[in-house]
Amino acid sequence: MEHMLSLFVRSIFADNMIFATFLGMCSYLAVSKNVKTSLGLGVAVTFVLLITLPVNYLLQVHVLDPLDLGYLSFILFIAVIAAIVQIVEMFVEKFSPSLYASLGIFLPLIAVNCAIMGASLFMQQRILLDAADPKAITGIGDAVMYALGSGLGWLLAIVALAGIREKMEYNDVPKPLQGLGITFIVVGLMAMAFMCFSGLKI
Amino acid sequence: MALSEKTREAFLGPLNKNNPVVVQILGICSALAVTVQLKPALVMGIAVTIIVALSNVVISALRNTIPNRIRIIVQLVVVAALVTLVSGILKAFAYDVSVALSVYIGLIITNCILMGRLEAYAMSNGPLDSLLDGLGNGFGYMWVLVVVAFVRELLGSGTLMGFRIIPESWYVANGGFYENCGMMVMPAMALILVGCVIWAHRSLNKEEVK
Repeated sequence: MEHMLSLFVRSIFADNMIFATFLGMCSYLAVSKNVKTSLGLGVAVTFVLLITLPVNYLLQVHVLDPLDLGYLSFILFIAVIAAIVQIVEMFVEKFSPSLYASLGIFLPLIAVNCAIMGASLFMQQRILLDAADPKAITGIGDAVMYALGSGLGWLLAIVALAGIREKMEYNDVPKPLQGLGITFIVVGLMAMAFMCFSGLKI
Repeated sequence: MALSEKTREAFLGPLNKNNPVVVQILGICSALAVTVQLKPALVMGIAVTIIVALSNVVISALRNTIPNRIRIIVQLVVVAALVTLVSGILKAFAYDVSVALSVYIGLIITNCILMGRLEAYAMSNGPLDSLLDGLGNGFGYMWVLVVVAFVRELLGSGTLMGFRIIPESWYVANGGFYENCGMMVMPAMALILVGCVIWAHRSLNKEEVK
């Protein structure tokens, strides 16, 4: 239980998807122009992570490992992610049209978001860690917590950046630096701030 | 061999005016993560170039037979197969680099440059043009990686490709005056350096808008 909690908090702050491992950077930079849409994307990413990561965990532990098919993991993971995104999209469209309308085009795009694939690949590495390591994923509960934490960390990062960019609209930035240049530097500064969490112990 | 204007543009455009990283902002995740040292960055650049070029050719050759509705899955499977091959080759022949690149080799599958080029170019152009387009984008990606990694490795650890550039005797620990810039090894500096590359690139190419 303690291990799960620690894994959860670490994956939000110390191992933040954006600031520590740069996963999902493309959509992070493209969609962070205003808070509302970025919140929608953040929720969608968290949601998809929460489903795909445990499924990939079970496949890795119960199918790939016993059969020694580790080299197929890339193809299997990406197929699972693409299929689940499709199913989630149809499911949400059927049962919650309002959520579907607010997530809009983001859902299908998530299949190629590196945060989703990256989390599965990190999970694959973390299974091999010693159980005492705070980063280790030892069971399905840990996998769920890791997915939830990573998703929330991503959500936090994108909403924070969107807030800053909304304010920055009115600032006088040097012309060649406007738009993406300054966004990169802002994200760099945010990453520095997040480095303070790396010593976090629970 | 005389190349048509369009073919030349397919190869040269992505190197500068249409660079995938600094202009189109594609494939950023891996560009930032693997640039602490020059060697992994170079290997990553080569791996991406090979995969973009080959997958462009394969998809371009298949473009008339792929049903439109399942094209994303087809593209992903082709790319995933190529990435699996490259990852296996790296593990066999350059194990230390493969460890340094860790998950980022696998993440080439979801690298936006690949999906972007497949969707935007290979689905509507012939195999030869697609090959050149893939090579151009790969090299365009590689030079940005190499520039960032060069600065980070030189200032962050005083070496290049693992060879010592700044002499040991200069360091404070050995009675000298020099100290490595610890910030350069941190993830945050990669972002700021890419920001600076974009800044320089846009100052040089004035006609570009946002």
